Amino acid sequence: MSLRRLFGNSKRVLIQLKHDPRSMALIILAPCFLMTILKWVYSSQPQTFQLVAGSMLGIFPMLVMFLITSVATLRERISGTLERLLISPLSKVEFILGYAIAFGFAAFIQSVIVSTYACGPLGLHVSSSRLSLIWVAILDALLGVCIGLLTSSFAQTEFQALQFMPAILLPQFLISGLLVPRATMPRVLLDISNFLPLSYAMDATQKVLMNAGSIARDSSLLLVFIIGILFLGSLTLKRTSK
Amino acid sequence: MALAISVRNLNVDRSKKPILKDITLNLPAGQVYGLLGPNGSGKTTLLRTIMGLQRIASGDVDVLGKPAGDKYLRSRIGYSTQSASVYSDMTCLENIDFFKTLYPKTSRSAQEMLRQFRLEDHSNQMASTLSGGQRTLLALITSLVGNPELLILDEPTVGIDLVLRRELWAFLKTLTAGGMTVVVTSHVMDDADNCDDLILLQDGQVLAQGTPSSLREKTGEKEMEDVFISLVGEK
Repeated sequence: MSLRRLFGNSKRVLIQLKHDPRSMALIILAPCFLMTILKWVYSSQPQTFQLVAGSMLGIFPMLVMFLITSVATLRERISGTLERLLISPLSKVEFILGYAIAFGFAAFIQSVIVSTYACGPLGLHVSSSRLSLIWVAILDALLGVCIGLLTSSFAQTEFQALQFMPAILLPQFLISGLLVPRATMPRVLLDISNFLPLSYAMDATQKVLMNAGSIARDSSLLLVFIIGILFLGSLTLKRTSK
Repeated sequence: MALAISVRNLNVDRSKKPILKDITLNLPAGQVYGLLGPNGSGKTTLLRTIMGLQRIASGDVDVLGKPAGDKYLRSRIGYSTQSASVYSDMTCLENIDFFKTLYPKTSRSAQEMLRQFRLEDHSNQMASTLSGGQRTLLALITSLVGNPELLILDEPTVGIDLVLRRELWAFLKTLTAGGMTVVVTSHVMDDADNCDDLILLQDGQVLAQGTPSSLREKTGEKEMEDVFISLVGEK
């Protein structure tokens, strides 16, 4: 693996983001706006706000990065630039990691700004360290990048790529522990949720918010999911066509 | 002279339909080859096969002494697609700088290359705002940044004005003088005289191969379009 090619590819993705100020604004401002609405909605239930807003800090990066990655990768496939990259010395790993590093960096910036806003003006209380919260948010963002990379190969248009959000991510949200504790769900759903990465993302976020133990196991499992999905994503990057 | 491309009994199918039928070609290095034929004759599929992007049904394709698609070839071939595959949301300079990071040996400065194709005034312009011809030239520049031994250009003259087209052909000649092999597709027969050697394709088969003058001599026609029609008639 060449670091020059890897970081050259990451830099390219960041340059593309820089040239799209509307998307940049959405990445940063949309979560802050949604947090403000949440604060307003739960103004009479501060405890619920603590729980929901904290969990949202982990979900926003995943959602945003999923959307951006699936559209960006699909655009590469359609425009022919992906084919050009695959016949250049850039390896599949360098291509995928390049995206992951660039969007991971964007997720870091997003997490810092949104968590600062949530913990400051909105009064969100994080029992554990804020660094842990940012770490979980970055893992969530990387998970969004990986799922976006993988699902984009099954879409032929940007419209189809966006439809994967309700099809792939929404079911995970429903049984991840965001709505009700996973332990209280029917057995079948609990078993299914044990095999889904978002469950561990949610567990980690809630542990950080309530200082309820180490997130090492959840972080490790998330990393395993990230590597596994990245591997599956790399299999969809085919150099030859039939 | 060493062979840049060697194709033996190549057959390629797409969606179970034969696209290339029993093609055999030997192309020595250091020349400009024109792959000419009407739309749908198989030109792009042949180029993609040479690049290792197309699965082959049978036959062999060797490029620069290696099987097509070999990892070793990735830094030695430059390829510009028909649709000018550059990043439309990046400037000309940013596109060139990015492609430069992918190759171990890089060529002249980005500004110098932009000047060569009269794009220096557009260096900080987004690729999306370039004209079709300018985008094609930008794609050509990005395919040259790695100092390739083999340059493959799919319809590079589409959308380019006459003056620039003449300069492009002169530039390609200077590349072959330095030892590079250039393969260009075109469906415009006017491009034929700028090539050292022509391969005429029709319905996925090689109709004829030779220099422009030898093909004229063979058919007794002056215009390349008439040469092509005459060869189709003979077949």
